[in-house]
Amino acid sequence: MDHLDGNALAGPLADYFTFDVTAATARCNGCGEVAEFARALVFTSPAGTVVRCATCEHVLATLVEAGERAWLGFSGVSAIEVRRA
Amino acid sequence: MSFVTRGFGGRSRDRDERLPPGQTLVHDFPVLSAGPTPEVDTAEWSFTIVTEAGTHRWSWDEFQALPAEDIATDIHCVTHWSKLGTSWRGVSLDTLFEDVESQFDYVMAHSFGGYTTNVPLDELLDGQAWIATEFDGEPLDPEHGGPARLLVPHLYFWKSAKWVRSLVMMPRDDPGFWEQNGYHIHGDPWQEERYW
Amino acid sequence: MIGRPSVPRSGWHAATVVAKTPETRTAARLVLEVEGWPGNAAGQHLDVRLTAPDGYTATRSYSIASSGPATGDATRVVLAVDRVPDGEVSPYLVDDAREGDRLEVHGPLGAFFVWAPDAAAEVSGAAAADTVTDAPAVDAPADDPRPVQLIAGGSGVVPLVAMAQAHADADDPTPFRLLYSVRTPDDVYFAAELERLRAASAPFELDLVYTRTTPDGWPLPPGRVTRDALAAAVIPATEAPRIFVCGSTGFVERVASWLIELGHDARDIRTERFGGT
Repeated sequence: MDHLDGNALAGPLADYFTFDVTAATARCNGCGEVAEFARALVFTSPAGTVVRCATCEHVLATLVEAGERAWLGFSGVSAIEVRRA
Repeated sequence: MSFVTRGFGGRSRDRDERLPPGQTLVHDFPVLSAGPTPEVDTAEWSFTIVTEAGTHRWSWDEFQALPAEDIATDIHCVTHWSKLGTSWRGVSLDTLFEDVESQFDYVMAHSFGGYTTNVPLDELLDGQAWIATEFDGEPLDPEHGGPARLLVPHLYFWKSAKWVRSLVMMPRDDPGFWEQNGYHIHGDPWQEERYW
Repeated sequence: MIGRPSVPRSGWHAATVVAKTPETRTAARLVLEVEGWPGNAAGQHLDVRLTAPDGYTATRSYSIASSGPATGDATRVVLAVDRVPDGEVSPYLVDDAREGDRLEVHGPLGAFFVWAPDAAAEVSGAAAADTVTDAPAVDAPADDPRPVQLIAGGSGVVPLVAMAQAHADADDPTPFRLLYSVRTPDDVYFAAELERLRAASAPFELDLVYTRTTPDGWPLPPGRVTRDALAAAVIPATEAPRIFVCGSTGFVERVASWLIELGHDARDIRTERFGGT
């Protein structure tokens, strides 16, 4: 299955965050790499979106959407760097 | 804000009364995946069942020597598509669990590539589940889970783990990959157990 | 030192198709008038959402070929959409959409694959260390003399045209170079605009690679971008260019791995893969 990259998360995540998540960096729990979400590999399917580390393919984050409900999982990152506006 | 765009119809969507609630009939076989398709060489492949007491292991050749069954079944994906009368061939989990003893009631299926999904043991036995290695008379295509996938057709199809490599017995019904991230712990399509 | 030009806040907007023209044999250029559009940085994208009469919706991402602040014409955005066979949204946009049609857009989106002419100007010296601006941003050292290399495969040129146009509009002195891989001369997007960019005073070089058919008299036979072609047509690693690559997943991954082999720092390479249908 072909994948996209984290740039594709900008629209889906803009509904939930007040900042652009794709330019924010996060640390992968799998390999310790710190990189912008835009650099991650993104696998999309009707079941949900799976974001994987570009270095080790560890699952960083998931997004499941169902009508008005959505589940945001960030189980694979230890922290996200967010800058105050 | 939402409005209809003139001239846009989307893909045609069939309806069928025999389907579980909220499902739509498809004739193709959509591919859903949470990651890259793992390349699994049958020479390297093995299937294991892991209990608190030890590990039961089958190589590909040993697995091929087990009695296989033809399975005709409907499958229901949580993404609202169903496919009726699909044909599979595989080994019943009743056969695989014949010599397996465990005090635990729950199973976590693990796949090549890291995917996991949880199923209660009593929903895998009594002719309800298989390790399938053929679809439509052909070896199972890698994009559909080949060389071998779990087939639990009475539950939503995310429970039928592609590229399955082991079943690990566990004392509690711990959630698998999708079950941790929004999907239902059980996943019965007739009860529409889609999400938490 | 990190320059952090802010990008406008995204939102859902009603858009009207105000112009539609053929771009290539398989692509159309659409000009949208977007109500309340806050402007966008060069390289950003938007999501188009179409809704059928029965409520069915389909959403796809498209890069924006234009950029600018929310003044005057900036409520208009330019898209160039390639028809993806068996696609759902692109055939509608390319074949069926017509002037006056309304659709929903979500944007502007993305603050990573972005170039801004004032990125360097916004931050200077030690004072910038205390400057906290709006979150998403482009990395750009102060007084950034580093050249910019753009690399496009097919319709991946769209956001790079926006960057080159912003560069020309600002008469920015940063050296820009675009390597653009297309199938045939008929498949070149924004051909007239690229010619004008070449003639503009802001430094801009264009290298075209034809993969199927070349123009008459072209010095090279048709062929895909190779590692050697990349080495020849890309600003060398010794000049530490900032690099933007956009194209299909296969194109982007091939190019990015060769760039690293050629000595470019992975941190200097920003990529965007397209896969919309």
